[in-house]
Amino acid sequence: MALLEVKDLKVRVEEREILHGLTLTVNEGEIHAIMGPNGSGKSTLSHVIAGKPGYEVTDGQILFKGEDLLEMSPDERAAKGVFLAFQYPVEIPGVTTMNFLRTALNAQRKARGESELMVPDFLKKVREVSKSLNIPQDMLKRGVNVGFSGGEKKRNEVLQMALFEPSLCILDEMDSGLDIDALRIAADGVNALHSPKRAMVVITHYQRLLNYIVPDIVHVMSKGRVVKSGGKELALELEASGYAQFEDAA
Amino acid sequence: MNVAVAKTGGSRAVSDLFASAEGRLPGSPDVIALRREAFETYERLGLPHRRIEEWKYTDLRALIGEVLPLAAAPDAAALKRAAEAVKAHAIAGARKLVLVDGVFAADLSDVSALASEVSLKTLQEVLANEANAAAGDLLQTTATDAVISLNAAMATDGVVVSVADGTQLSAPIHIIHVATATGASAFTRSHLRIGKNVRATVVESFVAAGKTGGYQINDALILWVGDDADVAHIRLMDDAPDAANITSQFVTVGANVKFNFFNMTTGAAVSRLQGFITLAGEGSELSVNGVNLLQKTEHGDTTLVVDHAVPNCVSRETFRAVIDDRAHSVFQGRIIVRPDAQKTDGKMMTRALLLSDEAEADNKPELEIFADDVSCGHGATAGALDESLLFYLKARGLPEKQAQALLIQAFVGEAIEQIADDGLREHVIGIAERWLERRQ
Ligand SMILES: Nc1ncnc2c1ncn2[C@@H]1O[C@H](COP(=O)(O)OP(=O)(O)OP(=O)(O)O)[C@@H](O)[C@H]1O
Ligand SMILES: [Mg+2]
Repeated sequence: MALLEVKDLKVRVEEREILHGLTLTVNEGEIHAIMGPNGSGKSTLSHVIAGKPGYEVTDGQILFKGEDLLEMSPDERAAKGVFLAFQYPVEIPGVTTMNFLRTALNAQRKARGESELMVPDFLKKVREVSKSLNIPQDMLKRGVNVGFSGGEKKRNEVLQMALFEPSLCILDEMDSGLDIDALRIAADGVNALHSPKRAMVVITHYQRLLNYIVPDIVHVMSKGRVVKSGGKELALELEASGYAQFEDAA
Repeated sequence: MNVAVAKTGGSRAVSDLFASAEGRLPGSPDVIALRREAFETYERLGLPHRRIEEWKYTDLRALIGEVLPLAAAPDAAALKRAAEAVKAHAIAGARKLVLVDGVFAADLSDVSALASEVSLKTLQEVLANEANAAAGDLLQTTATDAVISLNAAMATDGVVVSVADGTQLSAPIHIIHVATATGASAFTRSHLRIGKNVRATVVESFVAAGKTGGYQINDALILWVGDDADVAHIRLMDDAPDAANITSQFVTVGANVKFNFFNMTTGAAVSRLQGFITLAGEGSELSVNGVNLLQKTEHGDTTLVVDHAVPNCVSRETFRAVIDDRAHSVFQGRIIVRPDAQKTDGKMMTRALLLSDEAEADNKPELEIFADDVSCGHGATAGALDESLLFYLKARGLPEKQAQALLIQAFVGEAIEQIADDGLREHVIGIAERWLERRQ
């Protein structure tokens, strides 16, 4: 079943069109990779799906589980199961990671009409997940991402993903700034979440990540469009020959 | 509009204010003479207005117009209502001293539970005791302005507390001002003398009983902190949303003292806290943390004068304002460094969080430095909530208001964290959370 359907999406930022009619379908259980040169619109697409303000959708639509995603506020999208692991996670001084995780999880549960998670159950879950991601407990007592290294910030994103159990995970350059070991830990965390009901969209510049998170489908984005889709061998092809061939195609 | 007529009308109302209150005002004939003099000073000056430099942002003539008649002494029904409010605002383990409509309420207070090293009298009993030569002193202060003079003239009661040298007070002293009289004013004046080498926490709360509103509070606190003492002073002004609260505090700090003052304003349509803190002994550390949480058309003014009268003291002032709707927050901070006060280290920082386009923050820092070997400074920031942080929280499932609330809590949290005692800090956080819930 189609989880996410992006149809002929056109998006403007500050009067300039960035996405020029982008189409993408992601089914339950699939892993998609999106590759493409700097500035091709990958982050823009992920932001529009998550509901970031400042983007004007001038044409097309986004359906999530058959519902019009563009009609929903960002928090409604999150509660419905959309999760974006940010390319640049922000720092929030004064809000401890623990408090943030609990507030967010309970807000999502409340929006879905579920009861709040009991504190001991919550703590147990956080402890398990953070352990598997090699996140020390004292990091969770600090402000959200405050003083975290680049790699720690990315792992914190994966931690949230594991905790919130979204049905669509979009990972925007999860691999940037990670050393080899950190990359493996984060990728293992992502793979552990893979399930027949959950889809992943992995945005990356490097084939290396796709050795760990193996995609079913690879898309090439260029100048605001998906210009080619194929199997995982497409990523290898790109690694060898670069994006030049597609820039002309776009 | 005929200005002359309006003026006459105003001053007559003021005279009536004193004449009709006189029977209620405690004091020997000498004290009454002093009060009359203070009242004449007030009458001559009138309510402060914008052309008086210290009050330029808080024009009381425009904001409150007139002083309301004195609240009646609380009757049994009022005390009963006050008791409920006291229960709702009590802090577990603290020793309560309750003033209802400007009168000490012994039955609502923990008089017998006070530590033996703490002596308690009421202002009323001290002033009424003709044999007490010091009585008149209790109405004097060094700084004079119209509201302080009015307080001296009209103060009906207050607590006069002294804590003996060397006392380690385990339980905070909690002075609770409760208003039960709608449309009336209460004048209180309290004296706290903290001895040498004392450890103590003093909390003050200003609250309304039930739906009481439209009242005015004029409070004065005179506080001495003895050498080597370690004192936390926390003031929580949560008066009714249509009330006015004008408070003047005079603090004299001895040598080698640690004095932490925290104020939070969450109530009253119009408020001013003016604090005059003198560092009178060397080697002391003063920390002042203020938080204004304002919404609707509230006006909240915090004015602080920190006087470094001697060398080698440190003062830190941190002021945070969260301003919503059309509210107006004022911070005036003056640091005075006297010629002898070398090696003074005095800093103040103000930060304003503007939650609406119409919110207003005024900030007036002043450094008056007469010594040459000092380190003093001030800084200020003002801005809205960070959009990228808001979006991050929303993308994780927090609805707009809740995302804002979390960031506001973080903003004031840094000030609230300065309160060392866990129970007290939770109490303060609870008040801030109720303020957040009042935002629609
Ligand atoms: N807020 C903005 N204001 C103006 N231009 C923007 C804004 N956000 C994105 N753009 C422009 O849109 C284009 C696409 O940017 P986007 O960040 O989506 O690219 P990307 O594919 O994620 O690139 P990278 O691989 O470098 O992360 C770029 O030309 C960028 O400059
Ligand atoms: Mg990007």
